[in-house]
Amino acid sequence: MESEQLFHRGYYRNSYNSITSASSDEELLDGAGVIMDFQTSEDDNLLDGDTAVGTHYTMTNGGSINSSTHLLDLLDEPIPGVGTYDDFHTIDWVREKCKDRERHRRINSKKKESAWEMTKSLYDAWSGWLVVTLTGLASGALAGLIDIAADWMTDLKEGICLSALWYNHEQCCWGSNETTFEERDKCPQWKTWAELIIGQAEGPGSYIMNYIMYIFWALGFAFLAVSLVKVFAPYACGSGIPEIKTILSGFIIRGYLGKWTLMIKTITLVLAVASGLSLGKEGPLVHVACCCGNIFSYLFPKYSTNEAKKREVLSAASAAGVSVAFGAPIGGVLFSLEEVSYYFPLKTLWRSFFAALVAAFVLRSINPFGNSRLVLFYVEYHTPWYLFELFPFILLGVFGGLWGAFFIRANIAWCRRRKSTRFGKYPVLEVIVVAAITAVIAFPNPYTRLNTSELIKELFTDCGPLESSSLCDYRNDMNASKIVDDIPDRPAGLGVYSAIWQLCLALIFKIIMTVFTFGIKVPSGLFIPSMAIGAIAGRIVGIAVEQLAYYHHDWFIFKEWCEVGADCITPGLYAMVGAAACLGGVTRMTVSLVVIVFELTGGLEYIVPLMAAVMTSKWVGDAFGREGIYEAHIRLNGYPFLDAKEEFTHTTLAADVMRPRRNDPPLAVLTQDNMTVDDIENMINETSYNGFPVIMSKESQRLVGFALRRDLTIAIESARKKQEGIVGSSRVCFAQHTPSLPAESPRPLKLRSILDMSPFTVTDHTPMEIVVDIFRKLGLRQCLVTHNGIVLGIITKKNILEHLEQVKQHVEPLAPPWHYNKKRYPPSYGPDGKPRPRFNNVQLNPIDEREETEEEVHLLNSTTL
Amino acid sequence: MATVWGGFLRLGSLLSLSCLALSVLLLVQLSDAAKNFEDVRCKCICPPYKDNSGHIYNKNISQKDCDCLHVVDPMPVRGPDVEAYCLRCECKYEERSSVTIKVTIIIYLSILGLLLLYMVYLTLVEPILKRRLFGHSQLIQSDDDVGDHQPFANAHDVLARSRSRANVLNKVEYAQQRWKLQVQEQRKSVFDRHVVLS
Repeated sequence: MESEQLFHRGYYRNSYNSITSASSDEELLDGAGVIMDFQTSEDDNLLDGDTAVGTHYTMTNGGSINSSTHLLDLLDEPIPGVGTYDDFHTIDWVREKCKDRERHRRINSKKKESAWEMTKSLYDAWSGWLVVTLTGLASGALAGLIDIAADWMTDLKEGICLSALWYNHEQCCWGSNETTFEERDKCPQWKTWAELIIGQAEGPGSYIMNYIMYIFWALGFAFLAVSLVKVFAPYACGSGIPEIKTILSGFIIRGYLGKWTLMIKTITLVLAVASGLSLGKEGPLVHVACCCGNIFSYLFPKYSTNEAKKREVLSAASAAGVSVAFGAPIGGVLFSLEEVSYYFPLKTLWRSFFAALVAAFVLRSINPFGNSRLVLFYVEYHTPWYLFELFPFILLGVFGGLWGAFFIRANIAWCRRRKSTRFGKYPVLEVIVVAAITAVIAFPNPYTRLNTSELIKELFTDCGPLESSSLCDYRNDMNASKIVDDIPDRPAGLGVYSAIWQLCLALIFKIIMTVFTFGIKVPSGLFIPSMAIGAIAGRIVGIAVEQLAYYHHDWFIFKEWCEVGADCITPGLYAMVGAAACLGGVTRMTVSLVVIVFELTGGLEYIVPLMAAVMTSKWVGDAFGREGIYEAHIRLNGYPFLDAKEEFTHTTLAADVMRPRRNDPPLAVLTQDNMTVDDIENMINETSYNGFPVIMSKESQRLVGFALRRDLTIAIESARKKQEGIVGSSRVCFAQHTPSLPAESPRPLKLRSILDMSPFTVTDHTPMEIVVDIFRKLGLRQCLVTHNGIVLGIITKKNILEHLEQVKQHVEPLAPPWHYNKKRYPPSYGPDGKPRPRFNNVQLNPIDEREETEEEVHLLNSTTL
Repeated sequence: MATVWGGFLRLGSLLSLSCLALSVLLLVQLSDAAKNFEDVRCKCICPPYKDNSGHIYNKNISQKDCDCLHVVDPMPVRGPDVEAYCLRCECKYEERSSVTIKVTIIIYLSILGLLLLYMVYLTLVEPILKRRLFGHSQLIQSDDDVGDHQPFANAHDVLARSRSRANVLNKVEYAQQRWKLQVQEQRKSVFDRHVVLS
């Protein structure tokens, strides 16, 4: 009875400790004290070690003075390499943040000593802003380079500017006075390949010649892109956003944000865009900006040595990336917040804002499009929209959601095929085939032959009298003497009908090709093709509604506001809304997407239509599957990403998830002072675990701390090299005081400096809901499970992800039976397969006497490790 | 480890400096280019009006003069119609920087060219040289390696050999081999094992 009470107190205090790490020192000391009391009631002779545990609780959680000095001692002689991570491992956010706080405190305490130290501390304080400034500058400059080069190379497929080779089509005809109204992009300086090679500008011969040259260049660019990627930087392929999301959540992929990746991605992105594949440069630009952020963070020790701090820079860099990709600085900040970032404090928000500002400024001063704007598609109409039009907008939203759901399913299925079958062995061939098919089909249709951004631009613009494209071939009555701005709705001419047919074909083509293009081994973004699909669909709907309104003025829905001769429907607006809806369906972004689109087009009046369409598309898309394309790719690749958006509603306990399982071999643990170097090395060699809990002794089993495998290996290796008298039979000592050893034994190896003395612990009866929350919010890597202060097992991020996956598969496909509907939670199963007793979902379960003793026995058996 | 770290730092700073230099260069050129007479234009698009078909007019002219009356030089209509005609025209002042475009394209093409040359060297020339230098035996040994048919397949051996010596040239070679190993590793995980980026 008494022990049960004590246990409850201990449970409460302990979980309190581990969850609210921000509370004051006193409370925490108190909490630790309770545990100590409880522990020392069992065996008194270990009091010494226990106080150490107590002080270290305060050290990392609150930071009392004596403990920080203690840590300073340790930092004076660090072993190089300790505290770093292996490739494809997860960082421990808590540990990194502690490290940064210590560093900060050290610099602050030294500040007063001399002017030099003062300068150093100032430099340190400013380095955050400096690094984001440099990142912004670099990503703006690179985006300018990519824009200019991609435009030039895209036009190289058609022809070349003879007077100045470096000009693209539009720049070539910059000063030409010989352009006509109808053929406004023809000028004598610009030569198509047919004109150069066979000397004909018109006729079937020149068409075929141009066709052949188009395919030749497209294939050439695609081949160069994929071979550069394959030879120099395989990590440069793909969109990069799923990986950046994973990296920002605390995963390490070495080389993913390195120099070579940056260079190859920049170079091949231009080639990939120019090859006419159905891809965009926006996603890869985020990756490019993140590479810049990572490279610049090496200049500042504050960021280069700390993985958690580096991720703050990367968050800001991704904002800068979107800022230059779309010319939408605010949208970039929101994108970083909503989509990619995992840990986003206010400080990072301001830095992201600043980085986005700097990057946008640099890009604007380079002026890559020559229109003094950041973006290519800027709309200049401000016609009002009417309430009735919300209906077609919502229809477009439904289309966007359906497209998103279809695209995600189809693309994931195709990528899975690539991942698991032999077909994935031929990346170069795949790119060549996709590029060839794209080029062959794209050339005959003028809307697909066009560069995708140009296509979106054309679809977004409204038909004024100044336009001459076939999309604007309405039947005009010439005698209307109104001025430019207010053109009434007109009946469509033949040109519009043929344009609609071509657009329909282009829509089908784009939908199919994008599914097969996203994921091939060249840099490929998804934003632009998605937007193009939406814009095509939107424009078609827009023209349909416009014609409907023209021919049926007298319908009651049009009667009120759409009279004869009034300009009531703007097809360009429908294209805009459709683009936003399709992008929303694929990525499932909401706020940032709307902001990006209205920054992109400058259409401030159209926020409500955009919001309606984006929301609808998200709802419709979520009905078919909750995850966006990036989450789907993360899951496909099996990255350890704990999504903060998902809810965990399941009543399992920590004990159900922890390792070792009931039938597994016992947990591999180290004892604090009676293992030899050989013992530890054997354990490291025999197991593949990434860390080992350190306990007091085999008898007491109480937790002292946690040692990481990598740190252990490095520390032992360096000790064997540098310290004298360390042999295989030396004792390894994690305790503060070395135990008294026999005189003839070799010197003990002290490894207290690599021991993490504040590992997170939960008790075995903590509900998984809370454990998952702790992992998400604090970014833990592992968490120990204790019972009465005795280590039972360990829960890692991977275990949690496996568990989530398991829960999803077991629960979601089945509809819950009727009798669970009231309680809403399916039962959780105990280790013996029987449902656990449950009390109002609180899960402060009373200890089943039998179960506890069983666990104790199990644990005692496990001590023969 | 420390030297590698230092190398990283140096390389990083070098790269950042070059990046900065590039952007500064672009900015400077931009301010130069603004004065360039060729790089501004006022473009007026005039829609069809009465008997006249639509026309596009271009002129190098300063921003304050960018309107229909200044740009449309042989005015196609007479007297009272001029105002009506000009109301329909839309004039836009645009500027560009031809030097920026030229420099960017040249930088881009030269980097691309260098990379292509290096790629050709690594994939075609180096294996032949290696075969001449080390004879045939080594190739047979590494036949069971997965990445045999790909460039840098023998990076392991060279790395092991070059670690013992230490002058500047070998350091460069060592760094290069280290990089090759990394790329080989990346290639395995992306193209062979499909653990990332598939």
